[in-house]
Amino acid sequence: MTTSQPIISLKQVSKSFGKAGGASSYTAVDRLDLDVGRGQMLALLGKTGCGKSTIFNMIAGLTEPSSGDVTIDGRNPFRDFDSFRGKIAIVFQGDRLLPWRTAVQNVELGLEMLDVPAEKRRTAAMHWLTTLGLRGHENDYPHALSGGMRQRVSIARAFATDANILLCDEPFSALDEMTGRSLRAEFARLVKQNGKTAVFITHSINEALEIGDRIVVLKRPANIAVDLPLTSETTETEKLAIRNQIQGVLAA
Amino acid sequence: MTMPQAELSSPQPASWSWAVGRRALTYVFPFVVVAGIWQIASLFFPPFLFPSLVDVFKRCILIFASWSEFSDVLATVGRILAGLAGAFIVGAVLAVMMARSRAANEFLSPILTLFQGIPALSWVVFAIIWFHGVEPRIFFIMVMTTLPAFAFQVLSALQAMSRDLMEMVMSFRPNRVKLFRVMIIPAILPDILTAWKVNLGNASRVVVVAELVGATGGVGYELLQQQQVFDMAGALAWTLQLVFFVLIAQGVLTLIENIAFRYRAVSERSL
Repeated sequence: MTTSQPIISLKQVSKSFGKAGGASSYTAVDRLDLDVGRGQMLALLGKTGCGKSTIFNMIAGLTEPSSGDVTIDGRNPFRDFDSFRGKIAIVFQGDRLLPWRTAVQNVELGLEMLDVPAEKRRTAAMHWLTTLGLRGHENDYPHALSGGMRQRVSIARAFATDANILLCDEPFSALDEMTGRSLRAEFARLVKQNGKTAVFITHSINEALEIGDRIVVLKRPANIAVDLPLTSETTETEKLAIRNQIQGVLAA
Repeated sequence: MTMPQAELSSPQPASWSWAVGRRALTYVFPFVVVAGIWQIASLFFPPFLFPSLVDVFKRCILIFASWSEFSDVLATVGRILAGLAGAFIVGAVLAVMMARSRAANEFLSPILTLFQGIPALSWVVFAIIWFHGVEPRIFFIMVMTTLPAFAFQVLSALQAMSRDLMEMVMSFRPNRVKLFRVMIIPAILPDILTAWKVNLGNASRVVVVAELVGATGGVGYELLQQQQVFDMAGALAWTLQLVFFVLIAQGVLTLIENIAFRYRAVSERSL
């Protein structure tokens, strides 16, 4: 259920990176204002290099903004890093599975950080592996799994901690069209079913239309070019108009 | 759905035993050739130059059978392991400091490079001047000669860790102990084991030099005794004790590697 109260809030956020050799800095995000409502599934869309991943890292608390405020539930995810343990889960672009851990051990990773007892960890991890169709592969090491299976493990790892906020950085971009589509549908269903707030970064208009109940298109350096709400009542004709509008913005 | 690679590359039992046998033969063959050449040489030269392998073997048995002599082997082994453990602990701590702080790296790196350039024999002389007891001297020599290699190898492993995996683990907000347990130690373990393998060989050479000059027991001291009576069979037998130890220790490290790194994919066309 989406509520109007924002859970994630970015106010006048900028991020610049210094260039090698002391040359002038590069601005990746420029005075961005963005609120994400509780239970919302926001698709963040933009061209490659427009600063999507920088926004993602700032929301995740992995990078500090150069200026402005990023807050989640009123707290700063970078400075109050530890207080968000178990509250934010991330699905990365690559599966990023630890090669020395089996599938089930990878899924248990977040729960280990939360000091969940071993038996409960295993039960939760197996539940998510089963949900994602990986029962029977729990003791396989990542190298023995296909790309789609590995990405399923990484989704299971994110869901296993039962975090309220899911951040996804183009998680299906490396998969073939069929696998990507089925995982995307499965992912969207799980997010809705479990009442999560999700920020989904993508450069695919189709993916944004399939997954998001709000699409924010970014210009370069990252700032909102267009903010488009979607509902279950949005018709195919309206979606086509939205697609054309997004294409126009991205082409500009 | 793609067939898992592990299923594709499962070896057959018959070919597996043949492969093991062939590998063992390949491993043993060079030793057999060297031993054969030595034995032939022993037929043409006096025993103080090239003693018969039978004599060398008998001396080896005598060392194993006599507690007073075998305790010298154990003393040397203990010194090697203590020195390596000390160097590894100090080296790992320094490496972590260097990886975390650029200032620490800029300060410690030249010092370790300087230490690396000092010959083992110089450390022996320094140790004799600075320390009174035999054991502190040898421990100091062992630590100083293997410390730079350990520090640089652990540092290199820390720096080569996958940034992506580190970011993923950090996204779960681990405390420091958990970060080390789930990410850092498994990631650098292959390099740590390689460092131990390399330093084991170095340490076994250095310990003999240290014992030769400053000890009243151990393989190095016994080698000095054999040199004074021109007993080549004895010198070889004592040397072989050290070689046996290195081979056993390397075998143990390889066993640990095989168990700890079973997660690694093996390509049928690997190097």
